[in-house]
Amino acid sequence: MAEILVLVDHTDGVVRKPTLELLTLARRLGEPSAVFLGSGADSATEALGRYGAHKVYVVDAPEVDELLVTPAVDALTQIAGSTGPAAILLPSNPDSKETAARLALRLESGLITDAVDVVAGDDGPVTEQSAFAATYQVTAHVTRGIPVITVKPNAAAPEPAPVTPEVEKWDVTFGPASAAVKVLSRSPRERGERPELTEADIVVSGGRGVNGAENFAVIERVADTLGAAVGASRAAVDAGWYPHSHQVGQTGTQVSPQLYLAAGISGAIQHRAGMQTSKTIVAVNKDQDAPIFELADYGVVGDLFQVLPQLVEEIERRRS
Amino acid sequence: MKHVPDATADRTFTEEGSTDRESVDSLLSELDEYAVEQALRIAESGVDTEISYLTVGPDDAKDALRKALAMGGDSATHVSDEDIEGSDAFGTSLVLARAIERHGFDLVLCGMASTDGTMGVVPALLAERLGVPAVTHIEELTVEDGTVTGRREGDSATVRVQGTLPAVVSVTDRSGDARYPSFKGIMAAKKKPLETLDLDDLGIDAGQVGRAGARSAVDTAAKRPPRSQGEIVADDGTGGAGLAAFLTAKKFA
Repeated sequence: MAEILVLVDHTDGVVRKPTLELLTLARRLGEPSAVFLGSGADSATEALGRYGAHKVYVVDAPEVDELLVTPAVDALTQIAGSTGPAAILLPSNPDSKETAARLALRLESGLITDAVDVVAGDDGPVTEQSAFAATYQVTAHVTRGIPVITVKPNAAAPEPAPVTPEVEKWDVTFGPASAAVKVLSRSPRERGERPELTEADIVVSGGRGVNGAENFAVIERVADTLGAAVGASRAAVDAGWYPHSHQVGQTGTQVSPQLYLAAGISGAIQHRAGMQTSKTIVAVNKDQDAPIFELADYGVVGDLFQVLPQLVEEIERRRS
Repeated sequence: MKHVPDATADRTFTEEGSTDRESVDSLLSELDEYAVEQALRIAESGVDTEISYLTVGPDDAKDALRKALAMGGDSATHVSDEDIEGSDAFGTSLVLARAIERHGFDLVLCGMASTDGTMGVVPALLAERLGVPAVTHIEELTVEDGTVTGRREGDSATVRVQGTLPAVVSVTDRSGDARYPSFKGIMAAKKKPLETLDLDDLGIDAGQVGRAGARSAVDTAAKRPPRSQGEIVADDGTGGAGLAAFLTAKKFA
């Protein structure tokens, strides 16, 4: 069966959910092998096996943490060169997209980024992408070399398919340091109790209508009631009400959760581009002409400071 | 610089699956304006610079260069050739890399992505082709003593990174607001040198770029059916409870 390489996204060996989605998609194309860079492979192997990774290639070298992007390119180029996979899947985050691009250039392969679905086709994988602020749905395939594909989070629900992986350690030769970028410091973002924005099944976002940093507590309360991540529009971030790491939009984080709840967000094109692929969209806004209502499966025209506390109260009442 | 269809207009695909440039007005990609701004700030900080802009695209892509020149800077290069049409990121980065090598450079500044394709991979491809560091997705940029240092917001961490010059740098929309061209700047831009090159000038075979050189193909490009208008209710004092009922029915609560 054809081998499919999957680049593992992890923090100190804790595998992030998008990787489990990639393994699930990879099984549609062939037999998944995970490529694990850095330390912590021992604790990751079990999780990777549970989602169907038959092999785990481990590259544990200091360069992986000391340099940006290029060590992953060197590793994947050498592993792919030796094993000849039928496709290579990577998560669609900035680092992995750059890794994918350089890898494809070195392998003389084609590249597709930001796929929201991948299926097996007659001539290799067929991808689905959203284009032009999600107003278009595009299907495409790679026409040269080993297809290199980056996939957005939430493209598939992770499905377990337990196997015991064979672990293979790799010694990679890293390219010239003169063409590399040094990592001077790395400050991991504090992981709170809430799920991460890119991975969350539910996202609750606040915008201009929240009108102040202290008022974001209202948004957070709804998020905690639903077990959701908190997002913010660019207007709210630019006003300094919420950290940029939570910005949803074309130039912030692009999300496609099961449920997106937009409160006090008008729905400018840049924001829509970042959330329009959400499965269900709910909006609360005082302005009945806000463009967000054009997308909403359910909308409440009203004051979010009235509507959201009542929403929380009602959910809690129903639960008790 | 990239000249792109206006992101606020209704953008469409041609039958060949390329961006339709005829149906809407195009302009300098908003995300590239931040790169122009950073170049001008470096020059204003006292570093001895010559700022030159580069774009690849059809004839009217020159407008993007004129816009950048109106903001400031010295000269511009426009690569135009009908064989380039339909290029993917590999073809585009090849043309850009050859044009950059021909001109010579210490620093290549780019926007983090174009607002039409939004792949965000051209800066990394350029660095790979030029064999220099790629300092990408930078929000705070410092150029000194032959190095470029920047702060990068990743998915899970804030990272400070450093590369040696020459280098390729891409900046985000958080790097600093781009200035508006002044009237004086717009007038001055008309007199600044603007060179036009084709594939022959760059020694590139037509087969390496355009649809002939593309490494992926669009099979279908269909307008997504508009989301059917959902239920919109005015809050009469029970709006929150109604929303709770909707979320419960959908099993979200």
